[in-house]
Amino acid sequence: MQMLLISLLVFFIGGVLSLLFSRSGRIASIVGAGSAFVASIIGLFPALHSLFSGVSQQLRYPWSMPCGSLSFELDPLSALFLTPLLILTALASVFGAEYLRSWSLKKSLGAPWFFFNMLAFSMIAILLARNAMLFIISWELMTILSFLLVTFEHEKKSVRTAGWIYLVAAHVGVLFIFVVFIMLGMKNGSMDFDKFALPPGSIAAASLIFVFSIIGFGSKAGFVPLHVWLPEAHPAAPSHVSAIMSGIMIKMGIYGILRVFIYLGPPHEWWGWLLIGVGALSAVTGVLFALAQHDLKRLLAYSTVENAGIIMIGMGTGVLGVALKSPLMAAAGFAGALLHVINHSLFKGLLFLCAGSVLHGTGTVEIDKLGGLHKRMPWTSFAFLTGSVSICGLPPFNGFISEFLIYFGAFYSISSMNGAHVFSSSAVIISLALAGGLALACFTKAFGMIFSGEPRSGDNSRFHESSPSMLLPMLALSSLCLIAAFTAPLTVSAFKYMLPQLTGMTFSTSAKALDIIIKPLWHVCFISAGFFLWLFALWLLRKLMPRSEVVEKTVTWDCGYCRPNGRMQYSSSSFAQPLTRFFNFFLRIRTLFKGPRGIFPKDSHYMTETPDIFEKGFFAPIFARIHDFLVLLHRFQNGRVQMYIMYIAAMLLILLIWKLS
Amino acid sequence: MNWYILINIILPFVLAPFLFGVINRTKAFFAGRRGQPLLQLYYDLFKLFRKGSVYSVTTTWIFRIAPFAVFSSIVCVILIMPCGALVSPIGFRGDILLFIYFLAMARFFTVAAALDTGSSFEGMGASREVQFAALTEPAFILCMAALACETHSFSLSTIFSRLSFASWSGEGAVLLLVAVSLMIVLLAENSRVPVDDPNTHLELTMIHEVMVLDYSGPDLGFILYGAALKLWIIGSLVVGVALPVNTGNFFLDRFIFLGGMVLLAVIIGIIESVMARFRFLKIPQVLILASALSILALILQVRF
Repeated sequence: MQMLLISLLVFFIGGVLSLLFSRSGRIASIVGAGSAFVASIIGLFPALHSLFSGVSQQLRYPWSMPCGSLSFELDPLSALFLTPLLILTALASVFGAEYLRSWSLKKSLGAPWFFFNMLAFSMIAILLARNAMLFIISWELMTILSFLLVTFEHEKKSVRTAGWIYLVAAHVGVLFIFVVFIMLGMKNGSMDFDKFALPPGSIAAASLIFVFSIIGFGSKAGFVPLHVWLPEAHPAAPSHVSAIMSGIMIKMGIYGILRVFIYLGPPHEWWGWLLIGVGALSAVTGVLFALAQHDLKRLLAYSTVENAGIIMIGMGTGVLGVALKSPLMAAAGFAGALLHVINHSLFKGLLFLCAGSVLHGTGTVEIDKLGGLHKRMPWTSFAFLTGSVSICGLPPFNGFISEFLIYFGAFYSISSMNGAHVFSSSAVIISLALAGGLALACFTKAFGMIFSGEPRSGDNSRFHESSPSMLLPMLALSSLCLIAAFTAPLTVSAFKYMLPQLTGMTFSTSAKALDIIIKPLWHVCFISAGFFLWLFALWLLRKLMPRSEVVEKTVTWDCGYCRPNGRMQYSSSSFAQPLTRFFNFFLRIRTLFKGPRGIFPKDSHYMTETPDIFEKGFFAPIFARIHDFLVLLHRFQNGRVQMYIMYIAAMLLILLIWKLS
Repeated sequence: MNWYILINIILPFVLAPFLFGVINRTKAFFAGRRGQPLLQLYYDLFKLFRKGSVYSVTTTWIFRIAPFAVFSSIVCVILIMPCGALVSPIGFRGDILLFIYFLAMARFFTVAAALDTGSSFEGMGASREVQFAALTEPAFILCMAALACETHSFSLSTIFSRLSFASWSGEGAVLLLVAVSLMIVLLAENSRVPVDDPNTHLELTMIHEVMVLDYSGPDLGFILYGAALKLWIIGSLVVGVALPVNTGNFFLDRFIFLGGMVLLAVIIGIIESVMARFRFLKIPQVLILASALSILALILQVRF
C-alpha cells in the first residue's frame, strides 16, 4: 500500500514537473513519460502481490470534506483492475513519448503529459477509494482529464465536437452514480463504503440501485445505447491516450458496477437476464458497427463496445449463477468477465498503439487509402496480426480463454441444470458466437486491407516504420497477449480471493468451483502449446521436401488482365459489403453513388458511411428537444440591460412582499 | 490411455482423402461417367508434395505460413475429436469450444492469406467466407448446446459415447433436428453444394477454391489435405449423431462408423448431383435455418 502511495506521488510530481518544463517539448516528454513509467512499475508490485496472495490493506485519514474521508483500500478486486492499468500506462507512456514528438514544435507538451499522469493518478484513486466523495471526486477528475486529452488537437473542429459529446455523455452518467451512492449511504448516514448497507427487505431499492449503476457506470463502460461517445472520442484522442481510454478507462465503469454489486446483497434472477440482454446487444451491435467503419480508430472504438458487451455477458452469467445457487456457473461467468477485463486491455491497448503507429508512419487511418503496409511496416503488421487474432477470441491467444470461460458457464447451465435459464444461456451462446464470427470478419478486414496486398494510393515510398521506442511497447503487448493465455489458469485460480466477495459463496466453495474450471484450462493451454509445435514441425517438414526452394516469383493470378493496379483490389467496404447489406435493416448505411453515364463517362464515385443510429435516431432528437426548450428561455436572456434591471427590481419586490406578509 | 485410442488420430489422416474419391465417384455415377479413381486425391497429394512452389511478389510471410497454421489448427482439432463413440485422446469439459474455435483459427489464416495476394477474386472469396462463417458458427455451437442438453455433458467424447439408438427412440425429434442442422453446417463449412461449388470453373462464383487460387506445390497439398481432414472432422460429428452405435464390440463399432462415413460421402455426392448451388443471397437464409433448427432442438428439451 505504501508503495502505491509512492507511485501516486511519482505520478503527481512527474506531471507537475513536466508542466514546469513545458518550455521544452523534449524535456517535458522525458520527464512526463519517464515518471509515468517509473510510477507504474513501482505500483505494479503491490498490485500483483495483492492479486495473487489475496491480501487487502487499508489506510484511512480524516478529511475536511463533508461526508468525505480519505479511506483507501487495496483488495484483490482493485488489484485486478490496477494490474492492466499500470502495465498499459507504463507501455503507453513509452510509446507516447515518441508519438507526441512530431507535435513538439507546434504545441506545448507539458500540459498533455501533466494530464496523462494525472489521468493515471485519478484512475488509481478510483480503484483505491473506499469513500463515495473520494470516489466521485476522482471519477470527475478522470473525466475532465481525459476530456482535456481528447481535445489535444483542439484546433480541429471535429475534435472539439468529439470532446463535447464525450463531456456531456460522461456527466449524464455521473448523475446516476450520485443517486446510487446516496441511496446506499442513506441507512447509516455515512458515505464510507464499509458502512454501505440497505435496509433489510428492500428488494425494490436494491433493484433500482442496480439498474442505476448499470446506466451510470455503463455510460463510461460503453454499453449500447450509451456508447455514442466512444466512436467520437477514441479517434480524436492521440493514439496512446486512446489505448488508455479504451483499454482501461472504460473498465472503470465495469469496476464501478462490480463494486456497487457487492453491497446489494443476493441478486435476483432478472438482474442476470438484464446484464445478459444489454451485454448481448452491445456485443453484436458493437461489432456490426465496427465492421461497417472505414476509419481504423473508429473501428477499434466500436470493437471496444463489443468487448464491453462480452464482459457484461460474463457478469450476467455470473449473476445468474449466483441467483440460481450454482457455484460453478457463477464462478465461470465472473471468471470469464474478470479475465476479459485484463485480456481486452492488453489486446485493445496493443491495437490502438498499432493504429497510432500506422497514423505516425502514413499520416492516415483511412483503411481504403492504405494497403500493402506489411512491406513498409513489418513489425507493426506483426503486432497488429497478434492483436487481431487475440481479439477475435481465437486459440492459442488470450481472447479465447476468457470467452471460453463464459461459454463454459452457459454450457454448464444448459447441460446440468434444465430450466428456464436454458433460454438465457442460449442467448449467451448465440451472441458470443455471432459476435465472434463477425469479429473475425471485422479484423481480417482491418488487417488484410491495411497491411496486405498492394498500396491503394499509389506511391507509398514515404511511409515508414516507427522507431524502436514505439515498436517495443507494441511487441511487449503482443507477447503479453500470448503469455496471458498460457498463465490464465494461474490468474483464474487467484480469482478465489475475490469471488466470495462478489458471489457471497464461501471461500472453499469458490475455490472448489474454480478448481473444476481450471482443469479444462490446462488442457486448452496444452493443446494450444501443441499448435506451435505442429507449426514448427510442418515448417521443418516443408524444408525437407524434395523441392523446397521457390521455383518462381511472379504476379498474383489476375485472370489474364494485363494492367492491374492497386485500386482494383477489394476494398474495406467491398469486403464488408455482403455482411453489412445483410444487416442493413439495422445499420442503415448511407450510400452516395454516381455511376458513369454516357459514351464518354467523366467522374463517378461511390461512397458509403454508417452513422450511429443510436446517436442519430435516439440522442439527437432528445437533445434537439432540450435545445428547443432552452431556446424558449432566450426571451428572458435577451441581453438588454434594462430588462435585467427590471428582473432585479421585480425580484426585490417579490421578496419584500413575501417578507411583509 | 489405451493404445486403440490412437486409431482416432490415425483414421482421419489415412482415410480422409478417400472421402473425396467417394464423393467424386458418386457424382460421376450420376453424370454417367466413369469418374476419377477412388484414390485420386492421394495421387494428387503425392504429386504436389514433390513439386516446388510459385509465389506472387505481392505476398508476404503470412501467405507462406498460412497453410501450416491452417493444418496445425486442424491437427489440434483432431486431437480432441472422438471417432463416433470412441473417446478422443484428450477430452475435457468445454473441448467443443476449442474444437470450433480452432476451426475458426484455420479460417482466419485462410482469409488472411487470400487477402495477402491482393487479388480481387480472392478478396471476394474471403469476403463471402467470413460472411457465411459468421452465420454458420452460431448454428454449429447451438447444435453442440442441444447435444449438451440431451446428454448432460459438454465434452465431445462424453456426448458421443452417451448417444445411442436408445436416445433416437427417446428423443428422436431432437436428434433429427440436430443431425439436419449439423449437415447444413457440414456443407457450409466444407464449401460444398448448395453453399459453394468446388468444381466450378469461374473464379467469380467460388468461395473456398478461389481463396487458395495462388497456392501451388506442397502448400496447395497441405491445403487440400487440410480440407479433406476438415470434411472428415465435421462428417464424423454428423455420423456420430445419426448412427450412434455402441454395441461394445470394438471392431464392429469402428466398422459401422466407417460405413457411416462412406455413406455420408455418398449422400454429399448425391446432394451435389441433384441440386444446384443456391444464389449467394439465399445462402444466409439456409444458414439461419440451421440455427433455427438447433434452437428448436434446444427448446424441445426444456423442462420447467
